[in-house]
Amino acid sequence: MTPSSAVVQAYKVQGHVSACYDCGKCTATCPIARAGGEHSPRRQVLATNMGQERELFRGDTLFHCLTCSLCDQRCPAQVGYTGLVQKLRETAYSEGAEPDCPHGGALQSLMRMMATGDTRQNRLEWLSADLKTEPGTGDVFYWTGCTMYFDALFPELQVETLNGTRSAVRLLNKLGIAPVVSGSERCCGHDLLWNGDRKNFELLAKHNTRLVAESGAKTVISSCAECVRTWRLDYEPFFPGKPPQILHLTEFLAQHAAELKPKADGRLRVTYQDPCRLCRHLGVCDPPRQVLKALPGVELVEMRHAGASATCCAGGTWSHCDRFAKRIQVERLREARATGADLLVTACPKCRIHLACAMKGPNLGREIGIEMRDIAELVDAALGGPPVRSKGAAALNKREGAHE
Amino acid sequence: MSATPATTASDAPALTASPAWNPNIVVFACNWCSYAGADTAGVSRIQHQPHFRTIRVMCSGRIHPGFVLRALQHGADGVLVSGCHFGDCHYMFGNHRAVEQFDRTKNLIRLLGLEEGRIRLEWISAAEGARFAQVINEFTEQIRTLGPTPLVRRHAPAEGREKGGDSATVR
Repeated sequence: MTPSSAVVQAYKVQGHVSACYDCGKCTATCPIARAGGEHSPRRQVLATNMGQERELFRGDTLFHCLTCSLCDQRCPAQVGYTGLVQKLRETAYSEGAEPDCPHGGALQSLMRMMATGDTRQNRLEWLSADLKTEPGTGDVFYWTGCTMYFDALFPELQVETLNGTRSAVRLLNKLGIAPVVSGSERCCGHDLLWNGDRKNFELLAKHNTRLVAESGAKTVISSCAECVRTWRLDYEPFFPGKPPQILHLTEFLAQHAAELKPKADGRLRVTYQDPCRLCRHLGVCDPPRQVLKALPGVELVEMRHAGASATCCAGGTWSHCDRFAKRIQVERLREARATGADLLVTACPKCRIHLACAMKGPNLGREIGIEMRDIAELVDAALGGPPVRSKGAAALNKREGAHE
Repeated sequence: MSATPATTASDAPALTASPAWNPNIVVFACNWCSYAGADTAGVSRIQHQPHFRTIRVMCSGRIHPGFVLRALQHGADGVLVSGCHFGDCHYMFGNHRAVEQFDRTKNLIRLLGLEEGRIRLEWISAAEGARFAQVINEFTEQIRTLGPTPLVRRHAPAEGREKGGDSATVR
């Protein structure tokens, strides 16, 4: 029996993996298992504790886990399966196992090219003339993330994640801040880390932490839950000096809610999708709700599973996508529609993309279609920015690509 | 390119004629038209630049941006996608899909900061051996002008380019 790899062994020693008593709550909770998929966190923990995790590398489901951490919420022994699966994937990847990589591996290729390449990206074309930013140094760094790449890769989804980016900068401007926005950003590396590609993740981490250190920023704000998680939890070993404060945009807005003075932009009933990285991984569940409640004319109705029990968007860090992911997404959209909300508000571009993809389902379009906006767009509209008008169900039925 | 010992100076092969670097080009060719066109070029003994490798696909419409990006990620200096002329696609509208896919690919390349001349979309039919050779020659020359892909570090980052940090990977 080959001993566990160093990374897995370290995780076993520092954590509570061996505390697992096989109760099976993790699998019972797992959205994939509940949708009918074969994924069993319990079985993987058991294999790891018996030193047989390499069997998993040959199997099907190591890269299927959504890493949504719902199992960790329920686990009575605090085994920490989500952290374990990341370490298992690192070992598997270093030993030659590769995830399925949906979309032709395009996302992974982009990230790896940013990690090792020597190009000057064109990341700032979205910056319109009305947005005030600093190119070099400043106290606040707005971390854009890769929304421009998403919009270029998925034009048919019409998600326009860049609108959330623009709204975020506009909101910071309205709070008197001209953030540093840099064209030298590279992908934060979140997906490479969760796909097991530690080497390229570290290249990106080193570059990005140096970039922000050179800007002198004391605060980094981002609209992407995955970027924030990565910066706050995974970048820790890489900061050259004192780490800056890392905030999700909603945390920042909640702190400054008193200065915002939003106006009602009509009456709107909304529901909110908790990104798994924001609520469960980071514990940031209340600030987005505080922000929504501060908007006059906006009524927040929670979905059946909200906050720490919220269902993840099943994107799975681009390592895998199948009919079970689609079932999870469809179920989530049904919950959203059941609230009677006009709008589904998100705080992560990934949630927006994956749920929009599910809405293109040929047989279900009408039943699960709902307008989506990033929370920044909603706040921006309440402060005089581009209005958010829900076009209602009739327009949704005429969505491009929706089949009759 | 191995040097045979020269008996006199005039017998010495022109070793300086070959440059140190030749383009690494990947060609995605559709089975029904372009791959056959490449074959026609070969059968007709038409001389053309050899610095490419062909990957046969059933239809150019299959070429998702991920394929082109992966070729570039692994060090291709240029990628050529070739399919049937409009109206001739074996699967009716596959080449139209190829255009949609290629548009997305071009946008991604531009965002990455790669020169757009490194990727090219062409329509070459099975009979057009000469055209295949011509496109290969033109594209090879174009890539020669653009130089080796900036994605593979062979040297320290050039002055004026974005600071590379510690991520130099010299192949």
